[in-house]
Amino acid sequence: MDLDKKYTPQTWPDHPEQVTMEGKNKFLGFWLFLGGETVLFASLFATYLALKNKGPSGMEFSTQTLFELPLVFVMTMILLTSSLTSVYAMYHMKNHNFKGMQLWLGITVALGLSFLALEIYEFNHYVHLGFNYSQSAFSSAFFTLVGTHGIHVVVGLVWFILLIVRNAKRGFSLYNAPKYYTASLYWHFIDVVWVFIFTVVYLMGVVG
Amino acid sequence: MSSIAQKKGFGATLWDYLTTVDHKKIAVMYLIAGGLFFVIGGIEAMLIRIQLAKPDNDFVSAGLFNEIITMHGTTMIFLAAMPLLFAFMNAVMPLQIGARDVAFPFLNSLGFWLFLFGGVFLNLSWFMGGAPDAGWTSYASLSLASPGHGIDFYAIGLQIAGAGTYIAGINFLVTIINMRAPGMTYMRMPLMTWTTFVASALILFAFPPLTIGLFFLILDRMFGGNFFDHTMGGNTIIWEHLFWIFGHPEVYILILPAFGIFSEIFAIFARKRLFGYSSMVFATVLIGFLGFMVWAHHMFTVGLGPTANAIFAVATMAIAVPTGMKIFNWLLTIWGGSIKVTTPMLYALGFIPSFVAGGVTGVMQGAAPLDYQLHDSYFIVAHFHYVIVGGVVLAILAALHLWWPLMFNQMLSETLGKWTFWFFFIGFHLTFFIQHFLGLMGMPRRVFTFGANQGWDLFNLISSIGAIFMAIGVVILVVNIIITVVKNVPVGNDPWGDGRTLEWAIPQPVPFYNFKQTPLVRGLDTFWIEKQEGNKEGMTYAEPISDIHMPNNSFVPFVMTLGLFIAGFGALYNGEKDWAVPVLVLGLAITFASMAVRSIKDDHGYHIHKEDLMNEKGGK
Repeated sequence: MDLDKKYTPQTWPDHPEQVTMEGKNKFLGFWLFLGGETVLFASLFATYLALKNKGPSGMEFSTQTLFELPLVFVMTMILLTSSLTSVYAMYHMKNHNFKGMQLWLGITVALGLSFLALEIYEFNHYVHLGFNYSQSAFSSAFFTLVGTHGIHVVVGLVWFILLIVRNAKRGFSLYNAPKYYTASLYWHFIDVVWVFIFTVVYLMGVVG
Repeated sequence: MSSIAQKKGFGATLWDYLTTVDHKKIAVMYLIAGGLFFVIGGIEAMLIRIQLAKPDNDFVSAGLFNEIITMHGTTMIFLAAMPLLFAFMNAVMPLQIGARDVAFPFLNSLGFWLFLFGGVFLNLSWFMGGAPDAGWTSYASLSLASPGHGIDFYAIGLQIAGAGTYIAGINFLVTIINMRAPGMTYMRMPLMTWTTFVASALILFAFPPLTIGLFFLILDRMFGGNFFDHTMGGNTIIWEHLFWIFGHPEVYILILPAFGIFSEIFAIFARKRLFGYSSMVFATVLIGFLGFMVWAHHMFTVGLGPTANAIFAVATMAIAVPTGMKIFNWLLTIWGGSIKVTTPMLYALGFIPSFVAGGVTGVMQGAAPLDYQLHDSYFIVAHFHYVIVGGVVLAILAALHLWWPLMFNQMLSETLGKWTFWFFFIGFHLTFFIQHFLGLMGMPRRVFTFGANQGWDLFNLISSIGAIFMAIGVVILVVNIIITVVKNVPVGNDPWGDGRTLEWAIPQPVPFYNFKQTPLVRGLDTFWIEKQEGNKEGMTYAEPISDIHMPNNSFVPFVMTLGLFIAGFGALYNGEKDWAVPVLVLGLAITFASMAVRSIKDDHGYHIHKEDLMNEKGGK
């Protein structure tokens, strides 16, 4: 099968990400990878819950004194919206609208970057309060859990940017469709993890 | 690229192996590297037994003894047993399902290099200030206090090697799900393929907790984390949980492929269909599932409370049921068969009583109250050597003899093979059987020496003599391999004459594209069916000869791994040397840059044309 073959919206298959053998393998392999990632984050969540508010005796920091929901709420909304925009991008890929897809992926990247900026601001704020990485078991667990998610966001953004730039001039093919698709799967996964972080770390930290 | 093999110089061959994505060549590399680590781990074992051969011995110091036992366990589990099993999975599984290659040839190569560099990194500790010394489990309460860089080598080395294992697991899963030949339904898959499948699923879910645990250890020791430091609110039990949530499935990752290997051997050399195939598959899946439910039985004495201990005790004993099913199925496969006692069959026959003994002591330890007595004694050492050596190592040695002709088109000497077996088998029981009693007499594990008045002299001496027998067995095996390789007598396909599954149908030497035409699988033991029906062509094929799509070789996996290897040294010396952070950044930059190269550079592979295939010898 010629992987560089040009398609029209009429000939473009319904599931371009799963037409070739390589595409099928990538699709399944990536889902399995996300299964492993789930266990990875589950381990981090379990550790966080075990070490929440634990520190040297007389520690002044706790989830109640530290976290502020308005900022985190804005971050959550931004990231949720970016998931939606990546769905739009995939919708355009299905309909063989390359420009539409690139545009919506660009918006996704912009939203992801603003999320990242807010997260850096938040971390910086905590460190200025004296809540740094080595301050306590609680701080180590918090920064590791949320930071690992942050690193995933960075990886996802770099991935999207590479795809957008690399394919800007050549449009769709059955070779790059699975790449776009798995990148967007990854982005959804990051989003789902954040929903749990928002709930377990911030909501349950402040309210629970 | 020409599809016809040419004679190549040493440099070209080396380059070929550094860049190969062919599952058969990667299998050979796993075999060589795993074999090398097996010998290193074996030498460490011999040092342990020399030290313990007599009371109050001062052959090695207490500190060095701790390093040796730690490296023996870590090397044997992570760098010998698993890679050797991966060698056979890679060599055999794609052929058994009639696939061209694994699903991700590039990742297959990456997985191998990660394992090799991780293993080398870990073993460099011997030359760079001392090896890890907190036991292979490296409990945080102990390992945080360990001076020097030994533990850092352990954590970073295993992190790199573990990433390779994880990648290999996903690769095998996708291969088996997506790339089976027409007619190869799940319930027609040979047991080796089934056990590879379940073991890979275990890898997928068991390795992430280890990754996290190792990251915590790295962060605590090198980057100012506080996960395990109780003065900062940390909790050392978290390491134990994470380690065993990985560690218990790990023993099934090892033993399930061993079960698969023996299932093949029993069927081949009893010349009978495997008894109870469906129940074998069911038992395999059930063991894989239950394997995740029992990790806390390693922690009965931690103090989780009677409720938790009771639940985990019951779950542990439940695993004996599917395992027992397997034992009876193997016995009933031999029953009434026309048995040929070849070297692989000898191993298989020796495996059953050895492994059953290990299983029975396992159930004993599963009883939580009794475990309080047995915990941390030589009884435990005896138990896990009975399952790991009596199960996994016997399987690896059996598989080596069974599939050597498939991998190298030569036959290992049967005479020397049987000598190896008897030395190894007798030595194994001599070494470890008596350790049960040492344990019951109160000898704790991991002690570097014992007193003359404790009554343990004779049994320890017997145990050490057994170890010498095992070493002689391994030496005979090495001699056997050297003789066979030098003689290099080609044997052709199906050299045992009784091959049942698809891998024996392929012509020898195996073409780099595997089957010229994808075979049609007409039932369980499909090659056996064709032979019974007198098919002269070997197999029924599902397609006419047509172009074959092949992946390109790549040097990127090697570079990607090299980056992590370099970054490892940066992390190791963080906060101690000025160059540490730049080296860490440089290494990671190399890795991420090669990932970007992989993403940006199109890699469409190439085609072998139909005409070239037709022109080859034996083309029809």
